[in-house]
Amino acid sequence: MMPLLQVDSMTHYFGGLRAVYDFDLEIEKGEMRGLIGPNGAGKSTIFNLITGMYKPTEGQIRFKNVDLVGRRPYDIAGLGIGRTFQNLRLWRHITVLDHVRLARYAKINYRLVDAFFGTGRWRRGEQEITDKAYSFLEMMGIERFADEIVTNLPYGVQRKVELARAMAVEPELLLLDEPTAGMNPEEMVEMMAVIREIHDEFGPAIYLIEHRMRVVMDLCDYIQTLNFGEVIAEGTPDEIRGNPAVIEAYLGEEEED
Amino acid sequence: MAPILKAIKNNSFFQRVGEHLSGVPLLGWLLGALTAVSLELMIGGLLARTLGMFGVPALFGFRIMLKTPALIPSALVYVVVIYVLPTVVVARVTEAWTNKIAGTLLGLSPIVALVLHLALLYGTLHLWGSVNDYRVLVLRMTFIAVMTTLSLNVINGYLGEFSCSHPGFLALGAYVTSILTVLFFVDDDVFGSALLPPALGPFLFPVALVAGGLSASVGALAVAIPSFRTRGDYLAIISLAFTFIVKSLIENLEIIGGPRGFMNQPQWVPLPVVFVAMVICVAIIYNFVRSTLGKATCAVRDDETAAGHLTIDTRRTKIVAFLFAAFWAGVAGGLFAHVLGYVNPGTFGLLKLSEVLAMVYLGGLNSVVGSIVGAVGIELLREILRPLEIVRWIILPVIIILFMMFRPTGLIAFTEFDVVDALRPHRVEERGE
Repeated sequence: MMPLLQVDSMTHYFGGLRAVYDFDLEIEKGEMRGLIGPNGAGKSTIFNLITGMYKPTEGQIRFKNVDLVGRRPYDIAGLGIGRTFQNLRLWRHITVLDHVRLARYAKINYRLVDAFFGTGRWRRGEQEITDKAYSFLEMMGIERFADEIVTNLPYGVQRKVELARAMAVEPELLLLDEPTAGMNPEEMVEMMAVIREIHDEFGPAIYLIEHRMRVVMDLCDYIQTLNFGEVIAEGTPDEIRGNPAVIEAYLGEEEED
Repeated sequence: MAPILKAIKNNSFFQRVGEHLSGVPLLGWLLGALTAVSLELMIGGLLARTLGMFGVPALFGFRIMLKTPALIPSALVYVVVIYVLPTVVVARVTEAWTNKIAGTLLGLSPIVALVLHLALLYGTLHLWGSVNDYRVLVLRMTFIAVMTTLSLNVINGYLGEFSCSHPGFLALGAYVTSILTVLFFVDDDVFGSALLPPALGPFLFPVALVAGGLSASVGALAVAIPSFRTRGDYLAIISLAFTFIVKSLIENLEIIGGPRGFMNQPQWVPLPVVFVAMVICVAIIYNFVRSTLGKATCAVRDDETAAGHLTIDTRRTKIVAFLFAAFWAGVAGGLFAHVLGYVNPGTFGLLKLSEVLAMVYLGGLNSVVGSIVGAVGIELLREILRPLEIVRWIILPVIIILFMMFRPTGLIAFTEFDVVDALRPHRVEERGE
């Protein structure tokens, strides 16, 4: 049985800079994994390589037994990989509802001509998209903001919009890039609860980048530690906690918890 | 109507009047306007002469005011007596009725309600235009400007790219449509006798228009392929080059008249034809930008990376929107050529480009109503200022600069406009744009 996502000896260079070196990863269906490491370790680059934003210099990426290398991001996302970004990439002129609706793009079942002439098929298609979008907003508890433009909303809500948008892709693998960045402790606890709820209800595999030890330790079954693009330690939260290499990599950095 | 209403709304003196009239639905205003133009037809000439003017003022008396300042009071009286008072009074008096009718119509079917409103609007404009041919020409040019502006807004507003290729698209549409109609339906010195019976012409004219639109789309493909690989200023530069290439290509093709222009286009575009073409154009673009497929352009504009990561095929979205916009510019070009009965390549240069850009940016990015307002506003302003001759080329840019300074996104930007809402009865204090 193949794992859901399999990355084999992936290496990536930005010009002469080696960002990721010989990286291996296997994620099973429904698993929760964490990726930690100091700033600039290459964590986000790994996400970007998986989602097709960059093409790896070497190595293989397979998702549901489909080769991802060389595919464009929309294609990869359409296969069932949802993601959020480290610094919220929301669309600043678009309403909350439309954020979620747009993430259903791959599942649009009418043609362009239907949209031009406003046919019944278009109307039904749009209604379906809207209903589905509301269900994701309700899941996050942000349906009352549906018609707001995102830039007018508090940061915590924006984070939830981004998560709802990623979930609207109906991902089997959800990549979360620092979902609690910039949050105060209460918001952080709430976000952790939301992530757990998503996982329990929809069961996607979750791959999580985090700086806050508490979040990864609490949520993940298995954690990898990255430094200078290489995995220096991996294991269960307990194994990672006591690992001298991890402590060394983080030395000088204050743990936030 | 909308900019006038807006100006009135912002003035504190008129605010109470505005509140008083806020119960009038769109239907009521249209009815009022129809009454006003009917009144003008009946007593306009008489009133104008009584007030010391030579005849009915062509464009709300503005041109008379500019030409002969001594007639300013007369022109103002004329506008108030003929247009403002009848419109307001009829709109207010029939309020209860029109609200009821508007409600019933919407309940019946939004399409029926919309068609009826459009018919009323057309009737008003037709009566207004029946006073003289100049008004008909202004109306037709304005409708074409609306099509051009709205299609450019799809690229510069909704897609957030900066395209300068619209004069090129207009030219392609104008020439291809003209060549087809002249070749098939007109006995011409260059193209020989008509290939098909001219009587068929008016019925096949839409086909020629679509062909003109498609040719613009093909031209757009030539711009899109090299420039949409990357983001940034490339499109602006390549599209500007495209406009110049099209223009000099036509200038050097002797068979279609070169720089002297191309004429003999049949007169198949009376006011109703242009009006219907505009309504179809606005309706289809409106449907497109409100659908999820169309809104994907906004997602690409606001953050292309995020759009790609959320299953939106960014490249397809950009190319579809670009070709779609070019198509309507081509159709507008075809109509333009047939309204004038003559085109020359000089029309489709930088001046045209700045004019269309001004209409888009003045009206407001990312807004269907905005584009309509921008196109109507600038087109009318240009005609109104015509007596000032060369000076209007100073006044118009100054107006645009002022707008850029104080209202950078344009009059009505990023506004979602809902047709059904606009047709709704206004019994409560709610009020449409």
